[in-house]
Amino acid sequence: MSFHPNDMRRRGIAANVIVTGVLIFLGAGFFRTQVLQHDKYTLQSETNRLRELPLPAPRGIIYDRNGKVIADNVIGYTVSVLAQREDTLRAVLQRLSGTINITPTQIEQAVRRYRRAPTRPAVILPDASFDVVSVLEEHRSQFPQMNIQSSPRRFYPDGPIVAPFVGYTGEISETELAQPVFADYKAGQQVGKQGLEKAYESVLRGKEGSQFAEVDARGRIVRGQGGARPDLLPVPAPPLYTNIDLDLQRYVAGIFGDSLIGGAVAIEPKTGAVLALYSAPSPDYNRFIGGVPVAYYDSLRTDPRKPLYNKALQGQYPPGSTWKLATTVVGLETGAVTMSDHMPISCSGGLQYGNRYFRCWDKRGHGSLSLQGAIAKSCDVFFYQLGLKLGLARLIAGGVSLGMDAKAGIDLPEEKRPRFPESLDYFNRKYGRNWSQSIVLSMAIGQGDNSQTILNMARFYSALATDGSAAKPEIVKGKPERTPMVKLSAEQLAQVQTALVGVVEGGTAARSAIKGVQLAGKTGTAQSGTLDAFGKELNHAWFVGFAPANDPKIVVAVMIEFGGHGTRAAAIASAIIANYLKVTPVSDITTDG
Amino acid sequence: MATKRLAVDWPLVIIALLLSLYGISIVYSAGQTDIPTAVGRLWKTQLLWFFLSIGAAYAATRCTVRLLDWLTWPAYWLSIAMLVLLIFVGKGAGTAASTKSWLAIGGFRIGQPSELAKITVVLALAKVLSTFKEPPKSLLELWKPALVVGVPWVLIMLQPDLGTGIVFVGFAFAMLFWSGVSWPLLVLVASPVVSLILAFNVQVWGAWFLLLIALVLWYKPYLYEGIFLACTNVLFGVLAPIIWDKLAPYQQKRLLVFLNPDLDRRAAGYHVLQSQIAIGSGGLFGKGYTQGPQKRLAFLPAQHTDFIFAVVGEELGFVGVLLAFTLFLLLFLRVTKIAERANDSYSSLVAFGLLASWFVHVLVNVGMTLNLMPITGIPLPFFSYGGSFMLASWLAIGILVRIAAEGRGGRTGPFAI
Repeated sequence: MSFHPNDMRRRGIAANVIVTGVLIFLGAGFFRTQVLQHDKYTLQSETNRLRELPLPAPRGIIYDRNGKVIADNVIGYTVSVLAQREDTLRAVLQRLSGTINITPTQIEQAVRRYRRAPTRPAVILPDASFDVVSVLEEHRSQFPQMNIQSSPRRFYPDGPIVAPFVGYTGEISETELAQPVFADYKAGQQVGKQGLEKAYESVLRGKEGSQFAEVDARGRIVRGQGGARPDLLPVPAPPLYTNIDLDLQRYVAGIFGDSLIGGAVAIEPKTGAVLALYSAPSPDYNRFIGGVPVAYYDSLRTDPRKPLYNKALQGQYPPGSTWKLATTVVGLETGAVTMSDHMPISCSGGLQYGNRYFRCWDKRGHGSLSLQGAIAKSCDVFFYQLGLKLGLARLIAGGVSLGMDAKAGIDLPEEKRPRFPESLDYFNRKYGRNWSQSIVLSMAIGQGDNSQTILNMARFYSALATDGSAAKPEIVKGKPERTPMVKLSAEQLAQVQTALVGVVEGGTAARSAIKGVQLAGKTGTAQSGTLDAFGKELNHAWFVGFAPANDPKIVVAVMIEFGGHGTRAAAIASAIIANYLKVTPVSDITTDG
Repeated sequence: MATKRLAVDWPLVIIALLLSLYGISIVYSAGQTDIPTAVGRLWKTQLLWFFLSIGAAYAATRCTVRLLDWLTWPAYWLSIAMLVLLIFVGKGAGTAASTKSWLAIGGFRIGQPSELAKITVVLALAKVLSTFKEPPKSLLELWKPALVVGVPWVLIMLQPDLGTGIVFVGFAFAMLFWSGVSWPLLVLVASPVVSLILAFNVQVWGAWFLLLIALVLWYKPYLYEGIFLACTNVLFGVLAPIIWDKLAPYQQKRLLVFLNPDLDRRAAGYHVLQSQIAIGSGGLFGKGYTQGPQKRLAFLPAQHTDFIFAVVGEELGFVGVLLAFTLFLLLFLRVTKIAERANDSYSSLVAFGLLASWFVHVLVNVGMTLNLMPITGIPLPFFSYGGSFMLASWLAIGILVRIAAEGRGGRTGPFAI
């Protein structure tokens, strides 16, 4: 090889130029990355190592009309695990189960939660007791992925008493997450599942905050809460003020006790404000918070009294004689009858129509009654004839215009539509073309193809109690919405109200009068279609009424499943009204004597 | 001679010492993670290896170039023997767990013979090239150097160790240049490899091929050489896709990830991305020694070996990077000077070969941390944790000190750069 110093120098310079050039090129690369793109990489570094831990916002406190607390927040503890992979999560849970009691079901639940939102901490114990938390705190160093958070937990101080309207909250489900309504929700968040909690979710939820924890590449929490970056505090939701009278609600629940099955609704007739809404028996939704225990849920599900079924909102019962007022209104509206009119056939305990004998509830017979008297005595024979006079088409159309086939429109998501034929087509569909005109007899006395909710009957009577307009029932305070419903003159309405007073004063609910207050209302004894042990048909007991009759402050609808005669419901309704109006029911005094 | 006091090239030694101390301090920092791992204790081992290596370097300075020349072939054959042995008993380790680069006895890993081979092959190639009276003018004349590098290269690629393979190609090429091989011939030698790389794009390869034909016509090699070149280029250009299929999936993945690191953020691209994040977030002055969060929180992979330079970038910033580059540049310039002034062609080639070997390490390793080079698992001289490489690097320093001392100007101006 050529080894002359000049050659070596030449190659040496070439080598130096190449080496220096390459190092300058690399240096430029570092300058670009470290100085020019510094901000970009700083951000990436932070997203790398900072994990957002959600800070749930306290839900809005729900108050009754007098400022008493219906739904509150208490401090609860949530135990969660930040995991990057499912196997890591499973391994941590496996080890945790050696320290605290975790069932395989809970492990599977946590894994499912993780799959739904891998970037959020997977909740293992949504509602850990203080004892469990203190055990875990002791072993904290063994579980660097674990995160214990104190978070607000929903609490209903009155438990089952308020359950029928307040509902409960729970972790958002996959089905819910898929809906556009819940677009800004994340898996693991609490959401209203029923009742007010569901209806006013957007108001009650508040705004979730965030905590930042610093994690290493394997997801172990290195610097916990607040250490890495200041917290973003959650924004609590504003309180929710309701029309509920908690004292009355407690009283209603107390009357039903453990033995009665049924429901009651109390409404302020002029505003539609719902004072009380109860369904018996009622579950304790406090036990649903943080996941309902399987055993408790099963006991509710298998209970023949169906506690999970809201009898005031969802229960569809034949309204029985309480519906005779609808027949009355349709009769008066169409001019087919006046309050003083008598029917051609006087009541002798029943009516022969075609080849069938339609009995009156009182087989002794009522004789010839005016409409007013027929309401007071609830004479079936009178209403059979009124129904025939009106004809089925007019009766159905009238019922529809009285909202008998529509929801009352309460601000609770559970309300069911009553079952009522929308027109004659219903019968054509159901029975073919050959149905008998005798259907109108049953329909006129509130039997047949007619199932009403307790709430809807209360709404109808609130229209009867006032100027004929019905207010939309509202749990939460708002601007009352009144819609004209009963199209009668003031004089006619006054006559109807007088007739309803007659029911209590000497009529079917005579024993339920209240001392010092004029109570108006109508009993109902509806055939349930269910037989008792002796083959006798069981009846639902209804009473819908209002007081004071001349200036109604409260409308109450009570229905006792298989409660027998309507007078039993009337006694309860009268007690509820007396409690609300702070007066003494007569029945209480008379039973003493 | 052996008892005579040596004129030590102190600048070289001081630069190497500074680089080693800088490196060990970074190995220490690399072990400082929020959740302690075994890496936390490795700086002690590295320090021990450092002292051992200084001793070995001293011993190397006591060995004359003549003795080195005489030892070249035995050392070369010993390396070859060990590399052959590895094919059968090699063990994987660390980030290269699937390869067979480690020699172990009874489960105890002794070292990586390929690190030693990096020196012995340089020596052997220097010996072969120094026998040429005139620089090689044709490809045919290069058969001997090609064989000397080719045999160990094939053995290393069988492990497989792409990184070391690249180093071999790098220093062999550099030494050809140093021996006076003309630029056009160097391009012709390199042409098949270039063809291989360009084969992935037919248009670009076509352009390259036309350029090559022009060069062949201008350089006028022997006819059969020209035909041979054309054939190999076509062969490599066409073969490349077939070879691609033969690559292990992880190798394919690494190459793909090199081309586009965002391809698979979580898996293979993850390493490069984390390294870039660490370096980029370091900024001008860094996060402070031992304080880098990317490293502390274990986001940075192989932070004490392959990606150690990312720790420098994160914790000491651009300033720390420049300091390291300056030290490396001083080292390279110093070694070029030693190679220039060497007494004979053999020692000059040895010096330049060692320089080239380090240079390729620095270029590939540092380039990799910034995604300028593919991930090959090649260590950074004086920085990356690893005994064999530390020892080999300091042996090289020892040899260079000896060459400098025996070279022209070695006695007169040891401190002159």
